[in-house]
Amino acid sequence: MVVRAEEAGRSLGTARRRFSAAFWRRPWLRASSLLAPPVGFYLLIYVAALAVLFISAFWALDAESGKIVHTWGLGNFRALWDDHTYWRIAGRTVGLAAAVTVTDIVLAFPFAYFMARVASPRLRTVLFVLVLLPLWSSYLARIYAWRLILSNDGALNWSLGGLGLPHQHIAYTNWAVWIVFSYIWLPFMILPVYAALERIPDSYIEASRDLGAKNWTTFRRVVLPLALPGVVAGTIFTFSLTLGDYITPILVGNTQFIGNVVYRNVLGLTYDLPFAAAYATVPLVVMAIYLVLARRAGAFEAL
Amino acid sequence: MKKHPKAIACDADHGGRTGFTGAAVLRVLGWGACALLVAALAAIAAGCGGGGGGNDNASGSKGPKLPTSIGKGEGKLSLVAWEGYTQPDWVKPFVKQTGCKVTSKYAGSSDEMVTLMRQGGGQYDMVSASGDASLRLIRGGDVKPMNPDLIPDFKNFIDALKSPPHNTVDGVHYGISLQWGPNTLLYDTTKVKPAPTSWSTLYDPKYKGQITIPDNPIQIADAALYLAKSKPDLGITDPYELNKKQFDAAVTLLKQQRGLLKKHWSLASDEIDLFKNGDAVLGASWPYQTNTLQADKAPVKDLIPKEGATGWADTWMLSSKSKHPNCAYMWVKWVSTPKVQAQQAIYFGETPANTKACTVMDQLSPGSCKQYHADAPASYFDSIKFWKTPSADCGNGKKDCIDYNQWQRAWTEIKG
Repeated sequence: MVVRAEEAGRSLGTARRRFSAAFWRRPWLRASSLLAPPVGFYLLIYVAALAVLFISAFWALDAESGKIVHTWGLGNFRALWDDHTYWRIAGRTVGLAAAVTVTDIVLAFPFAYFMARVASPRLRTVLFVLVLLPLWSSYLARIYAWRLILSNDGALNWSLGGLGLPHQHIAYTNWAVWIVFSYIWLPFMILPVYAALERIPDSYIEASRDLGAKNWTTFRRVVLPLALPGVVAGTIFTFSLTLGDYITPILVGNTQFIGNVVYRNVLGLTYDLPFAAAYATVPLVVMAIYLVLARRAGAFEAL
Repeated sequence: MKKHPKAIACDADHGGRTGFTGAAVLRVLGWGACALLVAALAAIAAGCGGGGGGNDNASGSKGPKLPTSIGKGEGKLSLVAWEGYTQPDWVKPFVKQTGCKVTSKYAGSSDEMVTLMRQGGGQYDMVSASGDASLRLIRGGDVKPMNPDLIPDFKNFIDALKSPPHNTVDGVHYGISLQWGPNTLLYDTTKVKPAPTSWSTLYDPKYKGQITIPDNPIQIADAALYLAKSKPDLGITDPYELNKKQFDAAVTLLKQQRGLLKKHWSLASDEIDLFKNGDAVLGASWPYQTNTLQADKAPVKDLIPKEGATGWADTWMLSSKSKHPNCAYMWVKWVSTPKVQAQQAIYFGETPANTKACTVMDQLSPGSCKQYHADAPASYFDSIKFWKTPSADCGNGKKDCIDYNQWQRAWTEIKG
């Protein structure tokens, strides 16, 4: 009995050893089995969803029954192409995304620079918390707060009135959408720019000064190029987030953007998913072009 | 690292940076990934194909088989409803009485209701559809006929809601009417003077930047209703059955109005905010907003202008895939009783279908029967043009009317 148990233990041990030996002898097998679950998850949940989105853009909707017909065609894209309204909406969306991105760069850069290179460690922590604090509260609550600030009888006009200045009618305009987007995405610009600025060694700046460069020249030829990858990373966030968002325009705006058209077609009306999918490819294409341009500019090599 | 110019999706060659072993690993992984993706897509395509085919259309068959009695409850009932339609006040006693455990999902729009019923796959048993959703659900085969003989209070309904065209097709009842109400003109009494009497105020440049209307394509009907009176030569008789010329006139009017708007409101609370904060002084509205604002002491009033009004009439409809039809019939029976009709009418600010509800309303809240028009004559009901889904069939033999798909496209265009 004892002998048999020992034998069994030995054979189990052998199997285990053989198993691990197999992995040891084939490093690719080891790596594949380690990576397969996350890669599989990524492909199934993420890539497959995108693929289905793209495929369904070529389907059509039967007007009578409201059911999706699985026949291939370019009807949705043709309808989008022929209708000036959708061009105008796409143009407006891209324009707004660009405006928000530029605004956030202008606001975030000095702030991140101060945080990374001027502030004391303690102040830096405080500033960090202040930047991240809004992200802890609900996105909707912050948009509603802006609605109250900008409305006709709101905080802004109340303050202006107190100062003897004329009332502004910003609420429910594209200006309001621009302001709220710039506010909401600002942390997503500050953080990558901060990370990039913080990584610049002091010695580079000293070297630049030693070589006779003035402050502005140092900034332009040393700091800015080294911070650029961070800025580009930030613009990818602000640009793509603005392209896809539909809640802010619904709540503070008075016009529609790409996201609103997609939303209307997905949750409601004729339930025209194929049409929505077709229009949803517009931000995808815009983003792809943007990323190619950013790559051309060398923004990723330094990341 | 230069990417191969003709790199295709399944090319897993990632160059030499990772070294020989690494490259081999990546290649294997890449092919594995491709295989997985292909498999996933195939599975999805198969799933979609299967779903598309299985459409047992109840509306196509003549003389549907209806239940002749309500059987034993299934213990469960799942509802899609307007907010406020499934309040504990009347749901709790129902659950206690019938043992049907009610779960409900609120929908924010008719369109969302249609979507939920279509995509739910039998998850929901009933929907409180308005007239602009009900015909879409009937045409899509998403709901099935119901037998009004099983609802004792049906005989007490106002005549107009026994077989209304928005839920009864060719004499077949697809659901049982519930409540109804008008879309009203809401205005700020301190800022809009003189008090409006006509929908024309909503198109008046005098109130530029202070007007709000619902963000809903069915709003085209409101413009058509106004045009029916202001431009009689267009010959509009039904604001939901518009030929090309009439439709274009309504769209043009709305495009002109676009410049005067503060905002298209999408939620009732949006409009309440706009009036409360002084951003809007005039708007197309529901009685619910007026009630809420007046309860907050806001200086607002509403009216049905002289051209008449559009309105909604809701119907409880039974999903064609419902697994709990007995509980569904019990529910409709319950919400049709005078007591529940009155409770809901007062809670939401609308008019009950059951004529017997009036006395109960006055018991619950004195004066509410008159306030919500539950005692109004049939002519009041007739003055309201109820929401229905526009279709190519004009209803008068002609087939050249603009369907809802085009209403939607035009609405996107109007909003710009």
